[in-house]
Amino acid sequence: MSAVPRIAVVDYGAGNLVSIAQALTSIGAEVDFVRDGQALAGSDAVVVPGVGAAGPAMERLRQQGLSDPLRAWLAADRPFLGICLGLQLLFDSSEEDGAMMLGTLAGTATRLVDAPTLPHIGWNQVIRRRPHPVFDGIEDGADFYFVHSYAAAPQPGPDDEIVLADTTHGGTFVSAVARGALLGVQFHPERSGSDGLRLLGNFVDLVRAA
Amino acid sequence: MLRCRVIPCLDVADGRVVKGTRFVNLVDEGDPAELAERYAAEGADELVFLDITAAPERRGTLLDIVERTARRAFIPLTVGGGVRTVADMRDVLRAGADKVSLNTAAVADPTLISRCAAQFGRQAVVVAIDARRRPARDATDPPSWEVVVKGGRESTGLDVIAWTDRAVDLGAGELLVTSIDRDGTGHGFDTELLRAITSRVRVPVIASGGAAGPADFVSAIVDGGADAVLAASIFHRRIHAIADVKAAMAAAGLPVRPVPEAVA
Repeated sequence: MSAVPRIAVVDYGAGNLVSIAQALTSIGAEVDFVRDGQALAGSDAVVVPGVGAAGPAMERLRQQGLSDPLRAWLAADRPFLGICLGLQLLFDSSEEDGAMMLGTLAGTATRLVDAPTLPHIGWNQVIRRRPHPVFDGIEDGADFYFVHSYAAAPQPGPDDEIVLADTTHGGTFVSAVARGALLGVQFHPERSGSDGLRLLGNFVDLVRAA
Repeated sequence: MLRCRVIPCLDVADGRVVKGTRFVNLVDEGDPAELAERYAAEGADELVFLDITAAPERRGTLLDIVERTARRAFIPLTVGGGVRTVADMRDVLRAGADKVSLNTAAVADPTLISRCAAQFGRQAVVVAIDARRRPARDATDPPSWEVVVKGGRESTGLDVIAWTDRAVDLGAGELLVTSIDRDGTGHGFDTELLRAITSRVRVPVIASGGAAGPADFVSAIVDGGADAVLAASIFHRRIHAIADVKAAMAAAGLPVRPVPEAVA
């Protein structure tokens, strides 16, 4: 594949796309904002950023004709990064708005348990369960920026193996998952300073190698 | 463990960062995007950007500056000032803000909070509350505060605690609490005001107004129960570095994110 990967950043109507686009561009990727399913075709990777509430977000993906093309992209195990809500959308359903989601990963998005403050807003440590190249050059336990009230709860059983890292805010929740070419992070790498940029750079390297 | 945040505040008027005492006597402090980049490099955990002269005709300028600022600082950005509708909030988020702060418009129409939260999630909705202490009638009177708007120029008659409860019920995901009595005075945060609020709500509370030195930041968290501390002029004028504030917080046993090595 080309030296400059083309990354489709899914634009589903709300939220900050400037930061993720700027971050990806600064580490050598070419970014296209994608608003419909056909537009995914020429891309080397797809990024679904974290915006809004689960119900309205899923509704917009459906209205824009993006939900089925995204499911197909994920089923083909093509490079993918879901950020915050973009991670939660990969699961079957969410407690937030009772939304039905993409269903690529087995499990639900649930409200954070025993959280002393909610939403969970700020910098917290990401503790790895297993090594993965997306964390190359980043210390285990490094701080990343979170802003959310819900988190992915993968179905217990074999799918637990998808969990890459956990974070504790009262209770412990899943803060990163990986399966094949799919990556999902509950935190915002595009807002997490130099470690965040390094993680995105590692993702772009994985896309280049794919 | 969640870190206590240190947040420089950029008060922006006509495209420049300014600071005055009690929202008057404004002094030019620099370019917002340049200051944002400097603070991100110095270890700021987040930035708040308030358009204090917000008016409809300045909307274009504001969005342009938000975008320039967001492009230069890879840390979270909250933007407030002049957001009156769900469409305004969408524009500000699309320009690069991660959260939007509602103040005067939410007091005028509290359903703005619930409409914004339904669309963008409550984690993106900060309600800014400017509080002025009511004079005590006698020594036994418990302290109370009134909500003021338009930069402290206008009273509302609303009780701060009642408004806090209402705002959280409607979907505020975070509260930015400014003591108008202390703002710009350097007399320290109003920890009684902070405690009165943090003892009631579960959403994070950002303390604002009155910081003079590192000890004030520690006190806002330890005595006031705040989750984050905000200041403007002491950072703009390099009276204290973010690293000094964090060192004092760490010495007091508070969890802080280490500042980048080049600065520490």
